[in-house]
Order: sequence, then structure tokens, then C-alpha cells
Amino acid sequence: MVIIENLHKKFNKNIVLSGIDLNINEGGIFAILGPNGSGKTTLIKSILGMVIPNKGTLTVLGKNIKHNSTYRNKIDYLPQIANFPSNLKVKELIKMIKDLRGNTLEDEHLINLFKLEPFLNKKLGNLSGGTKQKVNIVLTFMFDSPLIILDEPTTGLDPISLIRLKELIQSEKAKGKTFIITSHIMSFVEEVSDEIVFILEGKIYFKGSINELKTKTNQPDFEHAIASILINNHA
Amino acid sequence: MLKILKYSFYDLMRSRWSYVYFAFYLILGIVLLFLNTDLSKAVITLMNVIIVLVPLIGTIFGVMYYYNSKEFTELLLAQPLNRSSIFLGQYLGVALSLSMSLILGLGLPFVFYGLFKSNAIWDFSLLLITGTFLTLIFTALAFNIALSNENKIKGFGYAILLWLFLAVIYDGLFLMSLVLFEDYPLDKLSLFGTMLNPIDLSRTLILLKLDISALLGYTGAVFKKFFGTNFGLIVSIIMLSVWVILPVFRMLNKAKKKDF
Amino acid sequence: MKKIIISLIIIFYASVLNVKADTIEVCSTCNISKIKEAITISKDYDSILIKKGTYKEYNIIIDKPLTIIGVNYPIIDGENKGEIITIISDNVTIDGLFVINVGTSYTEDYAAIRVRKSKNFVIQNVVLEKLFFGIYLEKSRNGKVYHNKIIGNAVEEYNSGNGIQLWYSQNIEIEHNYIEHVRDGIYLEFSNNCLIKNNVSANNIRYGLHFMFSNDDIYQDNTFENNGAGVAVMFSKKITMLNNIFKENWGSASYGLLLKEINDAEIIGNIFEENTIGINIEGTNRINYKNNNFIRNGWAMKVRGACYANKFLSNNFLYNSFDISYNSKLNDNEFDNNYWSNYSGYDLDKDGIGDVPYRPVKLFSYIVNRTPETIILLRSLFIDIIDFSERVSPVFTPDNLLDNHPSIKKIEW
Repeated sequence: MVIIENLHKKFNKNIVLSGIDLNINEGGIFAILGPNGSGKTTLIKSILGMVIPNKGTLTVLGKNIKHNSTYRNKIDYLPQIANFPSNLKVKELIKMIKDLRGNTLEDEHLINLFKLEPFLNKKLGNLSGGTKQKVNIVLTFMFDSPLIILDEPTTGLDPISLIRLKELIQSEKAKGKTFIITSHIMSFVEEVSDEIVFILEGKIYFKGSINELKTKTNQPDFEHAIASILINNHA
Repeated sequence: MLKILKYSFYDLMRSRWSYVYFAFYLILGIVLLFLNTDLSKAVITLMNVIIVLVPLIGTIFGVMYYYNSKEFTELLLAQPLNRSSIFLGQYLGVALSLSMSLILGLGLPFVFYGLFKSNAIWDFSLLLITGTFLTLIFTALAFNIALSNENKIKGFGYAILLWLFLAVIYDGLFLMSLVLFEDYPLDKLSLFGTMLNPIDLSRTLILLKLDISALLGYTGAVFKKFFGTNFGLIVSIIMLSVWVILPVFRMLNKAKKKDF
Repeated sequence: MKKIIISLIIIFYASVLNVKADTIEVCSTCNISKIKEAITISKDYDSILIKKGTYKEYNIIIDKPLTIIGVNYPIIDGENKGEIITIISDNVTIDGLFVINVGTSYTEDYAAIRVRKSKNFVIQNVVLEKLFFGIYLEKSRNGKVYHNKIIGNAVEEYNSGNGIQLWYSQNIEIEHNYIEHVRDGIYLEFSNNCLIKNNVSANNIRYGLHFMFSNDDIYQDNTFENNGAGVAVMFSKKITMLNNIFKENWGSASYGLLLKEINDAEIIGNIFEENTIGINIEGTNRINYKNNNFIRNGWAMKVRGACYANKFLSNNFLYNSFDISYNSKLNDNEFDNNYWSNYSGYDLDKDGIGDVPYRPVKLFSYIVNRTPETIILLRSLFIDIIDFSERVSPVFTPDNLLDNHPSIKKIEW
């Protein structure tokens, strides 16, 4: 699904990614973890073509993504900070994205699922962070793409919405879709992900299932396993 | 690209600033025409406004729009759209909505005044064409500045400096160098110096209409050819177009290489 | 008009008194087919009627009082051989001829029609084309040049002549003539007490109208358009200039009106429109400028020095690139109660007079005088800023050069 070879990226003199090799197979939920500033978002944005790598090749769905934009038709992306043009109404934003990507009927079901009907005619500038995130989720899931990338999807969500989101992820997974997720909420990651990748200082530190990680670090639970990596490497 | 243009345009059409800008020109037009019924004087005042204010507003608005719509841009970048069309669309959205405010804001009072029956229509159309060119140029320059500076404050600072330089300082340096080298033949140099600054270029274009009698007082053959024939008009318009194309080209190039 | 009628009456009576005045007809099929022949056989105060046709003659000398009338514009073709008609007698009238192909010479001023040392002549309704000099009045008096059309084809100053030239002539009336494409439309040298009225002089190489050493002349209601310079008045006194239009005289040495070494003139009610320089003055004294309109000129007035005691009262200065330019810091001229469209002051007491004086000389006009190329910076914001600071505290411009009572409204009269 996604093949990353020898990916390097630096911002000015600050090296963010140095030689990432990663192969994400089709189907399943793939979590990218790492401390703040480890390069998670940069990696995701590289896959999306928003960040231009200094070196390395990225192949998404069998296509080299350099100078290419059409492959993004096959990706749904949930950005980390959901800030939309504040002058637009929710309805208009949804309409606009549909206009840009093609029509879909999924939006009504999703709006219903996240109880967004009362907000449809409000301007995005006037919405709370959580509501914006819900709009964000609707925009992401309303298209039927084989690859779904979620950057901190749980930010600002209330418990009910969180449950709905998890259900949504599972049902989409059941359709055979591939997910790439980043999150700080370890319980969420533990609950949904099939495989994790741990990035540290721009390199892949670990790749495998959560159980393998627990074994490797000799820790009884996931959260401590992650913590021990960080402690050992920063001590 | 057209879709992006459409959304940027709608977005701006809803923003308060477009109305402020539009209202400003509308009021200016009304005041100039109806409180002071002298059309020639109105055209001269308008020229000063267009030469000075349009670039300033174009720059500030361009920078402001870019920084304010950063998230929107990122949203778009994740969509299956190529970067050139995103940025070209946004750029044209800003530039066209500004131009429209200018043309309608100034145009409406003039239409009501009965411009179509007046001889000033050519002078006036030239003013609006120049104003539109300046908007296109300075919005493109603003996008360039904003694309190159992540820091908002810095971006605004550079934008204002750019305006100040092209609107005032450049002419000061230009004047000084002309006076300094007055013993040499200067007509080519002075025309060349004009071409390098879009504000001077537009000013010259308007001078061709308003002050042709004074301009023909100078003896240089190049000057004569430039101002005495349509040559000057054609060259100025071509140069203004170049001034639009180059920054837009750089903007797209920069955008292609930028990380978001 | 009155004078014309009177002179016609005089001619009429003269012919009546000279009882035997006859009319001689000239045409290709008549007994007399040459103009010269007709003149030879004619007696004083006879009339010669020239019928339509082409007469290839030159050096026609009119040496007795005659009335020569062309019927339907007969053509007199000089075939570029020299002067065509020379009048050396008083009381000659020439009417309705079409004279072409005057010879060009570098040693002699050949004219289509010359009047030499004669009085009481009338030249009217003649059309002159392809000429060197048109109508040349030499040491003559009390004549009239009325309703003629002079169309030259001059290209260079050195080998072209003037449309109407007066040399040591007095009391001449020049009215309703149309002159174009010659060197000077009308040229007066040592000629006094002449009236030049209702003429149009356009597209001439040098001047539309030119005075040299001529005094007490009046010109009024004329139009001077697109000449090298509209009117040049030099080394002359007491010239009155009324209600003329000076238009579109464009070029590096182009003026609507050029005044050089002239004193005691009146310039009233004229329109100077779209000239490179409206009026250029040098060494002029005691001239009154009143009720003139200066519209969209490059420079409304250029003052080049040695100009004293001139008065500029109640004129309109409208949208000129520069109103006044001075080349010195001295000023002895008075500006008062003019309307300046560039005036940005206010009138709080509503008396129609601006409350702050207006300074018509801009610093930038100095800079342009010094370095002409800087004209390209006209109307730049930077220039506005330095002009403003100069206006606040004059350093380069004469600080007493002020219009203390600038009018708030365009002056009507």
C-alpha cells in the first residue's frame, strides 16, 4: 500500500527524518508513534505530498508520488488541527469538498452519526474545537478511499463521539481499508491498532505488534513499554 | 484551479475587508465627483490614490489572506489537487476580488455621473486598467513574501517595506542618480529605471495621458519615441504584464518546493 | 468690416469720378488672354476680370490703380520661375485668384503677391498654394489682407518663406485668413499699428505669428494651433493680445506664446491649452496678464529671468503639469487672485479667497530645469513629498512668490 524508501527530510538545519524505510501493507490499522517532534506528522505529510522530501522515494498504491497529485484521490486525510476558513458555513464546507473530490452520499449518515445537524448552518469560525473535529471526521470519512490517514483523531472529542469514531474505524477496517493513525492517547492506540511503528529522532526504532513491543521492553502493559523506550533513550 | 478560485473568491466576498475596500472606493468616487464637480481634477486625484494605495492594499491584503487561510490551504493540499492550481486559484481569488472592489467602487459613481458621455472615459479606463495591473502585481509579490516567510510579523514587515521601497524610496534613489549623472545622456537610463518599478511604470502610463504636453518638452530622441507615439503605451503594458507573470511564476515555483 | 466698406466706397467713387473706368476681361478665348497684356492696355482705376482658366505667368507688375477680380478662381501658375504678382501702385485691389508655384530662391524672397511702397490696397479671397512667400507687404500702408487661404508645403526652416510678411508697413489689417504649413504664418518686422484678427494659423514650422521690432499692434481672436510655437513677440512694445487661442504647440522648444524683450503689453482673455509651455517669458517688463485660461499645459508659464513688474491677475491655471517655473530666486512680479487647480488650501470665512497663500513654483520644476530627464518622475509620491517640504519652508524657490489671494472657484468673466 505505502512503500517508503530511505526518506530524509530536514527543515533548515534541523534533521527531522533520516533514512526511514517503511512498508505498510494493505488492510489493517497502522499506528505511528513517537515523542513530540519525532517526525510523525512530517512522515504523514510526506506520504500526502505536503512535505517534499530531501531524499528518498515514496510509493503510494503502486505510484511514485513525486510531481503527482491524483493519487490523493485514494486517500482520506484527517489533519491534526482542524482550522477551516472561518467565513464558511459547515454545510458549505462539506459541499465544497464534495465539489472538489466528487460527490458522495455518506455525509448525511456521518452527520447524523455525530449529531452535527444543528451546526450545519453555523459558520466554522463560531464552532468549538470538538465540533470542528467532528466536522473534520465527517469530511474525512465521507469518501470511500482505500487509505485513510488520521492525525490525532481523538483531539477534543467527547466520550460518545470517541466511541462512534472507534466504531467507524472498525467498520471501515472490516471493508478492507488501510489506516495510518498517529495519536498520543495510548489506550486508543492499543485498542485499535494492529501494528505500530515507533519513531525516535527521525529513525524507526521499532516496528511490529504491540505484544512484540511488550516482549522487547519487558513491560507488562503498552503504556509502560512506550515509556521505557523513552526513558532508556533519554537517560 | 477554477474551483479554488471560486471558493477563494466567495470566501473573500464574504469577508468584511472586501466591503471596506469597496466602500472606500465607492465613497472616494462619490466625494470626488459629486462634491467637486471637476472631472479633470477628480481623475488627477484618483491617479494619486491608485498609484499609492492600490499597491499598499494589494500587498497587505495578499499577505493577510495568505496567513489567514493557511489551514484552508492545508486542507486543500490534502485533496487530490495539484499545488499550482491551489495557489494560482487563491492568488487569482484575492487579486480579482480586490480588482473588482476597485473597478466597481470607482466605476459605479462614475457611471452614475455620466462618464460614458464624457471625454474622460479613456483617462478613466486607463486608470482602472492600471489599478488592476497594480493589484495583480502586488498581490503576487505579497504571496511571494508570505510563501517565503513562515513568520507572520516578518512577512507583514517585508510587505510594508516592499511597498515603501517601490512607492517612495525607489523614486528618491532614482532622482538622486539622475541628478548625479546629469552630464551623461540619461533618457535611456531613465526609461529603463521606470521599467524596473511597477509603480513608476503605471505612473508613466498615466502620465502619457495627463501630462503629454510636459513630457514632450524633453529633447531626447528615445523619450520622443516613447512618449510621442503609441510605442510608450505598448511597451508599458507589455512590461506591466511581465511584472505580473514573473512574480506569479516564482510564486508557483516556490509553492512547489515548499513544505506545509 | 466698416473699413472694408469704406474702402470699397472709396474705390467705387474713385472709379466713378474717373468717368472712363472700364472693365477688361481676360480669358483663353477672349481678345486678351494674358493678364500682363490686360494690365498694359488698362487705364487707372479700370477693373480686370480674369475668367476661369490657367494662366502661366509670373512677374506680373501692377503699376497703376486697378481692381483685379478672378471669376471662379482662375489659376495663375508661376511655374516656380519667380515672383508672381508685384503691386507697386496705390489703390490696387486683388480679389479671388488662385496663385500657385512661386519660385524658391536663397537670395531673393519671391512672393505670390508682393505690395511694394503702396497705400490703400486690398488683397482678399485669394488662395495661395505651393509658395515660398505668400503675401509680402513691403514699406506699405493702410492696406487690408482679408479672407485669404495660404497653404504651403514647408518642411525646413531655411528654405521656406512666411505666409504673410510685413516689413516696414503701417496700419495694415489682417483678418479672417487661414494659413498653414509655411515657416511663420504671419510675420511682422518694423511694422506698427497693425490689427491682426480672426485668423487661423496652424501647422507652421516656426511660429504662427511673429513680431520683431514692431510696436502698438493688436492681435485678437486668432487661433494658433500645432505650430513650432504659437506666437513669438520679440523686441517689441505695446502689443495687445486679446482672446486668442494657443493650442497644442508641442515640442522641446514649443510655446503657446514666446515673449522676449518686450515691454508694456496687455495679455487678456486668451486660452493656452495643451502646449508644452503656455507662455515663455524672458526680459519682459510691465506686462499685464489678466483673465487668461491656462489649461493642461506642460508648463503654464516659464519665467527665464530679467522679467520685472509683470502682473498676473485673475487668471485660471487648470491642470497644468507645472504652473510656474522660475530659474532664479528673485521675483519682482505680482501674482494675485488667480485660480489654481492645484491649490489645496481652504476657505473658512467663505469669502471665495483661499485663507493660505498659494506657491505656484514647485521645487520639482527646478530639478527638471536642471536635469530634464527627471520629468519622468512627475507625480511620484516622493516628488510630492519634497515639493510639500519646499512649500512649507522655501529654500530653492523665491519665497515672496506667492498668490496671497488665490481664488477658490474658477474665475469667470
